[in-house]
Amino acid sequence: MSKLNSNIPEGNLSEKWTKYRSSVPLVNPANKRNLEVIVVGSGLAGAAAAATLAELGYKVKCFCFQDSPRRAHSIAAQGGINAAKNYQNDGDSTYRLFYDTIKGGDYRAREANVHRLAEVSTNIIDQAVAQGVPLAREYGGLLSNRSFGGTQVQRTFYAAGQTGQQLLLGAYSALERQVGMGTVQMFSRHEMLEVVVIDGKARGIIARDLISGKLERHFGHAVLLCSGGYGNVFYLSTNAMGSNVTAAWKAHKKGAFFGNPCFTQIHPTCIPVSGDHQSKLTLMSESLRNDGRIWVPKKKGDDRKPNDIPEEERDYYLERRYPAFGNLVPRDVASRAAKERCDAGYGVGASKMAVYLDFAFNMDRYGRVEANKRGLQNPDAATIRALGKDVVKEKYGNLFDMYQQITGENPYETPMRIYPAVHYTMGGLWVDYNLMTTVPGLYALGEANFSDHGANRLGASALMQGLADGYFVIPYTIGSYLSNEIRTKNISTEHEAFAEAEKEVQERLNKFLNIKGTKSVDYFHKRLGKIMWDKCGMARNEQGLKEAISEIRELKAEFWNDVRVLGALDEFNPELEKAGRVADFIELGELMCIDALNRNESCGGHFREEYQTEEGEANRDDEKYAYVAAWEYKGEEARFELHKEELKFEAIKIAQRSYK
Amino acid sequence: MSNLGKTLSSSLGKKLVMGITGLFLVSFLLVHCAVNALIFLNDGGESFNRGAEFMGTNPLIRLMEIVLFAGIIWHIVQALVLTMQNKKARSVQYAAYTGNANSKWYARSMGLLGTLILMFLIIHLKHFWVVSRMTDEITSGRETLFGEMKEVFESPVVVFLYVLSMFSLAYHLLHGFQSAFQTLGFNHKKYTPTIQKIGVIFSIVIPTLFALMPIAIYLGIIQ
Amino acid sequence: MSGNMNLTLKIWRQKNGNVQGELVTYPVKNISPDMSFLEMFDVLNEQLISEGKEPIAFDHDCREGICGMCSMFINGRAHGPKEGVTTCQLHMRSFKDGDTIVVEPWRATAFPVVKDLVVDRSAFDRVIAAGGFISANTGNSQDANALPISKFNADTAFDAAACIGCGACVATCKNASAMLFVSAKVSQLALLPQGQPERYRRVQSMVAQMDSEGFGNCTNTGACEAECPKGISISNIARMNRDYFAAKICKEEEVN
Repeated sequence: MSKLNSNIPEGNLSEKWTKYRSSVPLVNPANKRNLEVIVVGSGLAGAAAAATLAELGYKVKCFCFQDSPRRAHSIAAQGGINAAKNYQNDGDSTYRLFYDTIKGGDYRAREANVHRLAEVSTNIIDQAVAQGVPLAREYGGLLSNRSFGGTQVQRTFYAAGQTGQQLLLGAYSALERQVGMGTVQMFSRHEMLEVVVIDGKARGIIARDLISGKLERHFGHAVLLCSGGYGNVFYLSTNAMGSNVTAAWKAHKKGAFFGNPCFTQIHPTCIPVSGDHQSKLTLMSESLRNDGRIWVPKKKGDDRKPNDIPEEERDYYLERRYPAFGNLVPRDVASRAAKERCDAGYGVGASKMAVYLDFAFNMDRYGRVEANKRGLQNPDAATIRALGKDVVKEKYGNLFDMYQQITGENPYETPMRIYPAVHYTMGGLWVDYNLMTTVPGLYALGEANFSDHGANRLGASALMQGLADGYFVIPYTIGSYLSNEIRTKNISTEHEAFAEAEKEVQERLNKFLNIKGTKSVDYFHKRLGKIMWDKCGMARNEQGLKEAISEIRELKAEFWNDVRVLGALDEFNPELEKAGRVADFIELGELMCIDALNRNESCGGHFREEYQTEEGEANRDDEKYAYVAAWEYKGEEARFELHKEELKFEAIKIAQRSYK
Repeated sequence: MSNLGKTLSSSLGKKLVMGITGLFLVSFLLVHCAVNALIFLNDGGESFNRGAEFMGTNPLIRLMEIVLFAGIIWHIVQALVLTMQNKKARSVQYAAYTGNANSKWYARSMGLLGTLILMFLIIHLKHFWVVSRMTDEITSGRETLFGEMKEVFESPVVVFLYVLSMFSLAYHLLHGFQSAFQTLGFNHKKYTPTIQKIGVIFSIVIPTLFALMPIAIYLGIIQ
Repeated sequence: MSGNMNLTLKIWRQKNGNVQGELVTYPVKNISPDMSFLEMFDVLNEQLISEGKEPIAFDHDCREGICGMCSMFINGRAHGPKEGVTTCQLHMRSFKDGDTIVVEPWRATAFPVVKDLVVDRSAFDRVIAAGGFISANTGNSQDANALPISKFNADTAFDAAACIGCGACVATCKNASAMLFVSAKVSQLALLPQGQPERYRRVQSMVAQMDSEGFGNCTNTGACEAECPKGISISNIARMNRDYFAAKICKEEEVN
């Protein structure tokens, strides 16, 4: 039935990777010098892969659309990176990390990949430290860990609230080292606009030099897409403005299947939307939920100020619904609960699309502890609050400042308003165990692939996966393909496949400029985002998804008739770049809805309203949907065809998640 | 180029030269000020003249004088080179530049202050150094340096010029003193605040003493 | 939603690096104080597009103050009037209704203008490529806890490593000097034991590259530190100087 071969090595789960690594074909150093690898994207996965492959001796070309590889959006990750080091002696192990990740992903990830991820997680920390990444330390000089959602051990390594930045700068410095040695050619401000496939194999890309506007042809024996996630399909997300699906989507249209596109992660604690002008959502670290209580008024449409609403008229709905985990339920559960309250009319703030995250209770608690420490007898309420405020300031000062900067409200005096926002996409290009897509020679790494997080990603696992793929997986697995390519001479970029691909790109770009419509690119992007958020967001249903599909098709037709892109082809033209990205997001949006419609169950970030328990919890259907939905592009007319990769769980017993 | 040449012509090397020559000139100011302050003994210039004679005849001091001139010239030449390079590093200027929001005006105006000091220096050398070293006025005993001083400071214009120039010097030092330590790599949580304090005191006390000399003589406080 | 602020913007327009640019005046209306400075630019650009005029090119990406891409010189200051924030984190409530705001690109010969407010900061990448790394190939590492590092040093190294490479230090420095940027990387690695083997090579090659890029010289005005959105300290510059002189004067190994 399926064209999909996941190429999972035989053997016991815990030995698969070790055995495979020792038996995967190698390329000798002399041949490596003749093999060219193209890396698209310079985030954790891309920079790590480009640097490591160059260290091994391959000739590498690395592309990024930003002005420097250091700006890739991996840089914005705050919390940390997981690794099964068991430095805290709290019983962590490779198996536990593997198990937590599979369970957190609601049993929709591939066991063998996740186990490998858990195995190499420890190497990542060693590598990062060797590169000079200043991870947080204890006074004894050893590394510090914090705990994160969905786990019972402390395995998260961090560098203040800038873990992603520090890890990326580590990978970036390794990359720049190779650039300096001439083994990597870096192409900044270049955007990949097409994959070139020759005789069924990926052989290069067409890229646009964003400054001169010229199209360039680049040959490679293999092409690695490390181009990140597609959260910006929702217009508003925590992603960077430039994050896009274009590279992955071009690959998809050239034959790479797209896996589980509907699996998106909504992060529960973001600063809510304040108006139409808003371009981006800002995350308030998950760690705030440790010390805040989430509530809404018990009365609908209560317009009183939060501090005027008495205790008994507040609904601490997470504590009410999930007494065992309370405010610390996983991201998907917390997000849905907030949406439920707001949809029911209990939301707060001007937009009514927000809930309160209140620190008063814990400020007082800290204040009393502090008063005890100082031996104050019967301190008054104001003293307690002042003492507690200092404690909270010490812990979260920078976050509180950021909140005040953005909203103009003082979170020490009044509760924060928060609302869920799109944060990460678990779906992506379907890849096999080698991280190769269904197009031979075309690979997908990091958030761009679908492989490790199932239907929901645990906090601090994205950094782990990006670096694992780049540093420790692809350098080995690429050998199984390239060892057969040592006889392939460099293909001239004069080859007709290159010419044809370039022509296609050229025509498409011309088309954008020649529509000369009336609406800006952002106008269409915002409309797409609204459709996606309303109908394919935190909760989906059949009717909504069907509506969304037809709305998106209409939007697509309108876009291609009425978009206005000013400027010229042969110059720096950000509007033209955006137009290409939004055009691809529109097509992806449709596929996401099709996938969501196909998956008649609720799991992880995918919540279908028809499939919930009586208490409103997700109702997974392992009988029918324990598979990866891999979609094949069949052209404008036939559209998308579903292929299924059945998920077999050998090491883990499937169970329903419960946080009650 | 030699290793030393390469080092000194690098951006950091040039700063090093500025810092070292600057501190050397600071030490000169201290000595100069100390000797000149002898006039405040108000003994008719006797102590001062003796000090001046020592400074004018001691072979080691005479040798240091050459080093001093070399230091001044190096400091100036290096400053010119740096200024030109810095101008080149920003070929298009800002239409709006709010420098006061992030730095002190005198820190940004070291070149200007230095030029004013140089202009003063030329006049000052003409007033005293030329007379004492290039003519035989003093060696012949026809005139003392103290007498020369009294003569020069009869003019209110000169006094005004000297006092004004000491403001340039004060601000130049206010930035330059601590800046030299930073350039030499001396920045330490525990000691830098002290250095900065000493710098401020030095930049106020030395120029003030210098400024008081022409004033006191002009007003006849020192006879 | 819209707000009630009306502003006059004077924005640098320059078609590309080969032609002259000029300040062009644009009025913007109904700006909300909740908008970020860049969102105000989005509004202006939408307005320009609807009038059939080419929108203003400006660099931006993460819009949460960490990628270092945004780079506007606003009313004479890098990243505008607020301390410790990047342009994307600057909100319109920092301005008053009726204000005139001058917006220019970073100005430095080493950062040539690409278009309008966009400049080319690849000089920074080349400085890093010259030595801003620890040569540790993937797979060569020992256990992360095998080398204890004092918390003080780790934290100080982190403070230096917090640099986002935005270039505000160069933009604001009256000499367009890149010393704060370069010294931050030199310091981060000099403070860690892993960075020791290459410590003196690194500082020499990075400074040499910095010099060849045409940045100006440091005159210790401290403006860079004051405008740095991440509060990188000029004590790093002193540390770089120290290491550089030590390398040049005391070390036998020559680095070109």
